[in-house]
Amino acid sequence: MEQLKTIGRELAMGSQGGFGQSKEFLDLVKSIGEARSKAEEDRIVLSEIETLKRRIVEPDIPRRKMKEYIIRLVYVEMLGHDASFGYIHAVKMTHNDNLLLKRTGYLAVTLFLNEDHDLIILIVNTIQKDLKSDNYLIVCAALNVVCKLINEETIPAVLPQVVELLGHSKEAVRKKAIMALHRFYQKSPSSVSHLVSNFRKRLCDNDPGVMGATLCPLFDLITIDVNSYKDLVVSFVSILKQIAERRLPKSYDYHQMPAPFIQIKLLKILALLGSGDKQASEHMYTVVGDIFRKCDSSSNIGNAVLYECISCVSAIYPNAKLLEAAADVIARFLKSDSHNLKYMGIDALGRLIKLSPEVAEQHQLAVIDCLEDPDDTLKRKTFELLYKMTKSSNVEVIVDRMIDYMININDNHYKTEIASRCVELAEQFAPSNHWFIQTMNRVFEHAGDLVKSKVAHNLMRLIAEGFGEEDDTADSQLRSSAVESYLRIIGEPKLPSLFLQVICWVLGEYGTADGKFSASYVTGKLCDVADAYSNDEIVKSYAVTALMKLFVFEIAAGRKVDILPECQSLIEELSASHSTDLQQRVYELQAIIGLDAHAVECILPSDASCEDIEIDKNLSFLNDYVQQSLEKGAQPYIPESERSGMLDISNFQAKISMKLQLMVLVPEPSYHREVQQAATVPSSSDTGSSEVKLRLDGVQKKWGRPTYSSSAASTSNSSSQNTVYEVTPVDGSSNVNSKAREASYDLKKTQVEISPEKQKLAASLFGGTSKSERRASSTGHKVPKGSSHVLKSTAGSTTDVLVEKTTPVQPPPDLLDLGEPTIKDGPSSVDPFKQLEELLDPTQLGSSANPGIVGSTSAPDIMQLYSDKPASGQSGGFMYPSSSNRSDDNLVSGLANATTDSAHNITAAAHPSQFSKGPNLKDSLEKDALVRQMGVTPSSQNPNLFKDLLG
Amino acid sequence: MIHFVLLISRQGKVRLTKWYSPYSQKERTKVIRELSGVILSRGPKLCNFVEWRGYKVVYKRYASLYFCMCIDQDDNELEVLEIIHHYVEILDRYFGSVCELDLIFNFHKAYYILDELLIAGELQESSKKTVARLIAAQDSLVESAKEQASSISNIIAQATK
Repeated sequence: MEQLKTIGRELAMGSQGGFGQSKEFLDLVKSIGEARSKAEEDRIVLSEIETLKRRIVEPDIPRRKMKEYIIRLVYVEMLGHDASFGYIHAVKMTHNDNLLLKRTGYLAVTLFLNEDHDLIILIVNTIQKDLKSDNYLIVCAALNVVCKLINEETIPAVLPQVVELLGHSKEAVRKKAIMALHRFYQKSPSSVSHLVSNFRKRLCDNDPGVMGATLCPLFDLITIDVNSYKDLVVSFVSILKQIAERRLPKSYDYHQMPAPFIQIKLLKILALLGSGDKQASEHMYTVVGDIFRKCDSSSNIGNAVLYECISCVSAIYPNAKLLEAAADVIARFLKSDSHNLKYMGIDALGRLIKLSPEVAEQHQLAVIDCLEDPDDTLKRKTFELLYKMTKSSNVEVIVDRMIDYMININDNHYKTEIASRCVELAEQFAPSNHWFIQTMNRVFEHAGDLVKSKVAHNLMRLIAEGFGEEDDTADSQLRSSAVESYLRIIGEPKLPSLFLQVICWVLGEYGTADGKFSASYVTGKLCDVADAYSNDEIVKSYAVTALMKLFVFEIAAGRKVDILPECQSLIEELSASHSTDLQQRVYELQAIIGLDAHAVECILPSDASCEDIEIDKNLSFLNDYVQQSLEKGAQPYIPESERSGMLDISNFQAKISMKLQLMVLVPEPSYHREVQQAATVPSSSDTGSSEVKLRLDGVQKKWGRPTYSSSAASTSNSSSQNTVYEVTPVDGSSNVNSKAREASYDLKKTQVEISPEKQKLAASLFGGTSKSERRASSTGHKVPKGSSHVLKSTAGSTTDVLVEKTTPVQPPPDLLDLGEPTIKDGPSSVDPFKQLEELLDPTQLGSSANPGIVGSTSAPDIMQLYSDKPASGQSGGFMYPSSSNRSDDNLVSGLANATTDSAHNITAAAHPSQFSKGPNLKDSLEKDALVRQMGVTPSSQNPNLFKDLLG
Repeated sequence: MIHFVLLISRQGKVRLTKWYSPYSQKERTKVIRELSGVILSRGPKLCNFVEWRGYKVVYKRYASLYFCMCIDQDDNELEVLEIIHHYVEILDRYFGSVCELDLIFNFHKAYYILDELLIAGELQESSKKTVARLIAAQDSLVESAKEQASSISNIIAQATK
């Protein structure tokens, strides 16, 4: 049968000259394929573009030729070059009545044009016509284009027809119409808001494909407005139930799972609907539980569904039984050797941790393994988990790790993210001033250019405000430790601008506050900064203002100001600066230094950055002046609203100026300066500065706050600090203990090995190894049913204080069990089922001694037994047995995924070679011959080209 | 939602690109360069996922070809991995043991198939049979259109002789 088909195809190919394209095109593809460098490829493509530019405008091009030109254009554009000169020809081609050309034209325009392209207007008419076509395939093609190209403006032109197509007799059309409507909804919700009920209707469509497609728009709708769809909970649950009971047509099965993609979509929807809704959630418990039980955890798709179940369970109203099932699955994921599953396990753990924090402790060693894994993706996911489980007891370890990692990566996007996470955690949970300042210094030093300026302003505010009014000594301690560390750091080369801004501001504000450092020392340092970063005007502005403050505080304190010579020269230099802002600051500085102590104290009071500035919007202090002027005969002021004639214009102008003002004020760097100026000259108040005033209410005590998790919950800051300090020695002692114990059980069994560092890390992250871990793992690799009770009983032991008591009492042999989950070839491999799982597990295949055998046995197996079209199965096996092992492994893994039944596997193993090799080799040889005939010989360059993708 | 689909060969050559979110030509080139750098250098045993600019890219290697899909932060990676496999299986069935060469010379067909599988960045059809049926119907229609066209042109040719 398949033989006939290939022959048929070859005949068809022969008549078209190979793969359906001309020699010219094949040559192009070939020469690009053989290009040795990017430059060479570019040269080829550019000459191709020239050729096409010339040819495509020739008169009377045969249609076949034109179609090929368009495809060549697509190829050129795919390689990253500009083919816009040919867009119009692709558009013209869509107008053609010949379906072959129309389809090519449509394909090309969907690939070329974005939804805002000017040419789209030329296609709309054709689309309208095609949507009315009798031929459903033309309608489908038009709907494909609609999904990609119709924008907000053109929606009304096609909307009525698309809605009509929802009732089309062909399910393929209905499905695409649904998706098109969904796309419209995404682009402009208001244009289709009256049609939303159609989605509900289509949910009951007879065709599972249409029903599945309807779930996409419904998911979006429910995300936005949950409450209007609560009535559908029962329907969704019953659909999911039917799918799980395999009531859908067999063709929707995927790797022996009933319609898994639809199941996943449904679970996502249920998660939304059940979130925080006990009544709705209760409808779901049974079916989700069923899926947990029925899912085949040995296939990738089964795990995908299981993961979605966990997401659902952790989103809906909690149910103890389901949470237990979810925890079991997570345990299996984390213990798996597949990195993919570990990743999903960590992610799932992050979801579940909100509901049952004790689950994380069960898996602490697995989590630490993931954290130390060389795979960056896994590491980042683990950091995300740690971020979610940070509390005051483990913040130091976690933030330290994060910063260490941050320093070593180049990915700016992620660096920014992790830096702001570090800052956030430090602000929330910092155990001490010193640590906080140190941490912030490290973050700013290494990622200062990447963090948002808001973060820097936050830091300044925190230093200025400290804990609030209650504890003044702590505040000043924080400030002096900040000043001290900044004076130390300031000399280092190439500090980020943002960090320097913070340093300058803090030094200006608090540099001499505690009397430790003399004004001349601090001003000297500030001058050095202004000199060293002479290109950075913002830093220089900060430095000048800081200098001004230091001088003013000196004057106010009654001390004589001695301006260093380098400072004097800096002032002179900057007074001629090109930046008017800098100039103004310097002149202000010079003017203020000349004033007496009382005056400067009014202008720049010490430590007043947090004081509210009263702004007199009525400008009442000018009343006297106005009165005087009026008496001298000046014109009285007429408010704008009362002026006649130019009313509109002035209003308009006022609006513009307001906007301009806002635009000027919005950029962050200028933000703080504005405030500073307002502080400097409180009398020059305007509405603008009142808008940008720092909002200080409600932001106090953002850090050092006690958390729910630990024993510190009800105690004050100082006591939570105490507990933290207590823990530190415990870590040390448990470390010593574990070393000693390790030594003792090393004698008995050597294969169990957990490095003391790892244990220490576990202890500091999770508050010590808890009992639940040991018990759970001692009963085997599958988490026992009773584990939930264990969890409950030990749930209380998570606090630091308790750990202190429990750790030393641990009997030595328990530690041995502790290691079990991390043993690769431990007791788990005794289980024959597990062994089988390992055989079939994609990533383990690579490690098995002879992947070739597994591959050739499993390949015919699927084909024989499951494939609807047995011939396609013959592709399994190797055409190039000598080629690199690695890719073979990968190929095979795809198939091994599908194989789940051991029995079949074994039977197939009896005659491996018979099925796998023969026809396949022939197939590829034929292809090779065909290509050679056409003068293309890529095989010498890259034999992989002929390799079957599916193995 | 899937933002784009990329097929890149082991040597970093682009075999197919499909963009479901708007990207300018310049951005596209940058994205491809960046991602092929990240993905091609990853070892065989690592995760099939890469975090990238706030999105996630799921990739899978088949022979010398990498199939990559970029998805949102809260999408299910394992599912997307299976969507890729689903696509490859459909390609395999269509071309009859598909190899990279098939996709190089028939990339427009790979696009047609992708259009039946994904639409607007969502999976529209999860039944292999349905997709295969639709593609076959389109092909046969094209064939018949071709025959018609050639017979017409024959008639014209004869008439003009």
